Amino acid sequence: MVNPTFRITGLDAFYGNKHVLKNINIDILPNAVTALIGPSGCGKSTFIRSLNRINDLILTFRREGKVCYHNQDIYAKDVDVVELRRRVGMVFQKPNPFPKSIYDNIAYCLKVHGIKDKDKIDATVESSLKKAALWDEVKNSLRQNALTLSGGQQQRLCIARTLAVEPEVILFDEPCSSLDPISTAKIEELIHQLKQSYTLIIVTHNMQQAARVSDFAGFFLLGELIEFDKTDKIFTAPKDKRTEDYITGRFG
Amino acid sequence: MGGVKTTTKQKIAFSVLFLCTLIVVLPVLFVLWAILKGGAPAINWQFLSTMPREGMREGGIYPAIIGTIYLVSLSVLFSLPIGLFAAIYLNEYAKDNLLTRLIRLAIVNLSGVSSVVYGLFGLALFVNFLKFGVSILSGALTLAIMNLPVIIIASTEALASVPFSFREVSLSLGASRWQTVRYSVLPNAIPGILTGAILSLARAAGETAPILFTVAAFYLPKLPKSIFDQAMALPYHLYIISTQIPNIKTEVRYGTALVLIGIVFSMNIFAVVIRAKFRKKKKW
Ligand SMILES: Nc1ncnc2c1ncn2[C@@H]1O[C@H](COP(=O)(O)OP(=O)(O)OP(=O)(O)O)[C@@H](O)[C@H]1O
Ligand SMILES: [Mg+2]
Repeated sequence: MVNPTFRITGLDAFYGNKHVLKNINIDILPNAVTALIGPSGCGKSTFIRSLNRINDLILTFRREGKVCYHNQDIYAKDVDVVELRRRVGMVFQKPNPFPKSIYDNIAYCLKVHGIKDKDKIDATVESSLKKAALWDEVKNSLRQNALTLSGGQQQRLCIARTLAVEPEVILFDEPCSSLDPISTAKIEELIHQLKQSYTLIIVTHNMQQAARVSDFAGFFLLGELIEFDKTDKIFTAPKDKRTEDYITGRFG
Repeated sequence: MGGVKTTTKQKIAFSVLFLCTLIVVLPVLFVLWAILKGGAPAINWQFLSTMPREGMREGGIYPAIIGTIYLVSLSVLFSLPIGLFAAIYLNEYAKDNLLTRLIRLAIVNLSGVSSVVYGLFGLALFVNFLKFGVSILSGALTLAIMNLPVIIIASTEALASVPFSFREVSLSLGASRWQTVRYSVLPNAIPGILTGAILSLARAAGETAPILFTVAAFYLPKLPKSIFDQAMALPYHLYIISTQIPNIKTEVRYGTALVLIGIVFSMNIFAVVIRAKFRKKKKW
């Protein structure tokens, strides 16, 4: 069996006294897309935000249990969180480019990693925009403010920016929820391609999307991971009645 | 029917509000007008650029202008960096616990302390204890201490107004916390910080009490040569010529007041311009 990229055991999460994740156990495999589905407020975002420790920013957040990334507990004392976040990138629900030019949005990642070589930066800007299928649309306007792009373009820019860091894992938190069907299709296509070289985890409310893009799927309900399996199993032969009800739209 | 009634009510409300505004603005306008009318005849190049003569009854107010400029610029050298770093610490790093809450509370309260208290504090600490003497350094430090709470509050607000998502994104891209502050939070907070700093400086330029015991000289025949010299300063000079020197021409008093108001006013306008300029640019 392949070594899992993430092995999560007995993860509990709290905001203050509110218990939002309960005893989550899950293995995330490399070079595959893992989709997380479940009704609003069931803890999907909390879950993926604890994989790159971005939830550390929320002062009331607290967790128990283990999150191992390549057999290393990321919540251990000696972990370099900055390095962890370089290797585990994240694309957020709302497109959130910096109020800078398209070029500078991507150059930002290189700047913070100490790369000053202009040719290297130019090359990375181009290659990440190409990987994110945005290059052709913006190659003549790299100096334009990123906030003037459409929502779908902004989201692809955010993906390009994440790719520029050359992570190993990318976490997507409902990346398409504010996008139109055409942009959504583009991003799904992109996810499909990225799978070759990255480990992807995607939170989505869209069942068809989960079915289309993912290899594994997990169903969350009220902070519990009800079922986790190969995507086709989850969608064709779910073991748990609640999973079936959710997928067939019997509750939401 | 109901519609008529609401419009009438609205008209009454507007009139009352307008009246209140008038009550606030009118005296200010009147004072400005009086000073402008009384002081304008005194203003000329000679008044601005020469030393006072004849027991300050004649000549210019050049040393007082220079003194005020020295004091204000030196004080901002101390207060802006310290205030900014304190604000960064409080807003970006400090945990929300009892200690930091007390600090915040203290800062808000300090910003309301009367300026004469700062003057006495400066006298005790800088002039006497640290033995800087009555000097530009002591005065500038006193003004800096007085300005710190205001600069910290303005900077904290400016930092807090930068969207949380900027920090999230930057950190998620593998930037360190300091890089995040430096490259992604601070640039977007600079206009607010500058505005706050300039407004607090304008206040510093106009205050008499903090410089009274720490730097201000009644009259100096020469310009200060170092930061350990005493200096004349506009607000104190104005106080002197208005109360201590009999038979001085009124237009000299009004002229001095006009110059002081002019300096404070142009600093305020500068702050407003900066704010307006950046507000147009930002759109997140
Ligand atoms: N910063 C926070 N402080 C307090 N409670 C929070 C915070 N963020 C989320 N919660 C709560 O934690 C629970 C899980 O939230 P989470 O955002 O993980 O859900 P989600 O599954 O991502 O929902 P959605 O599909 O709506 O995005 C919810 O009950 C939510 O109200
Ligand atoms: Mg969510």
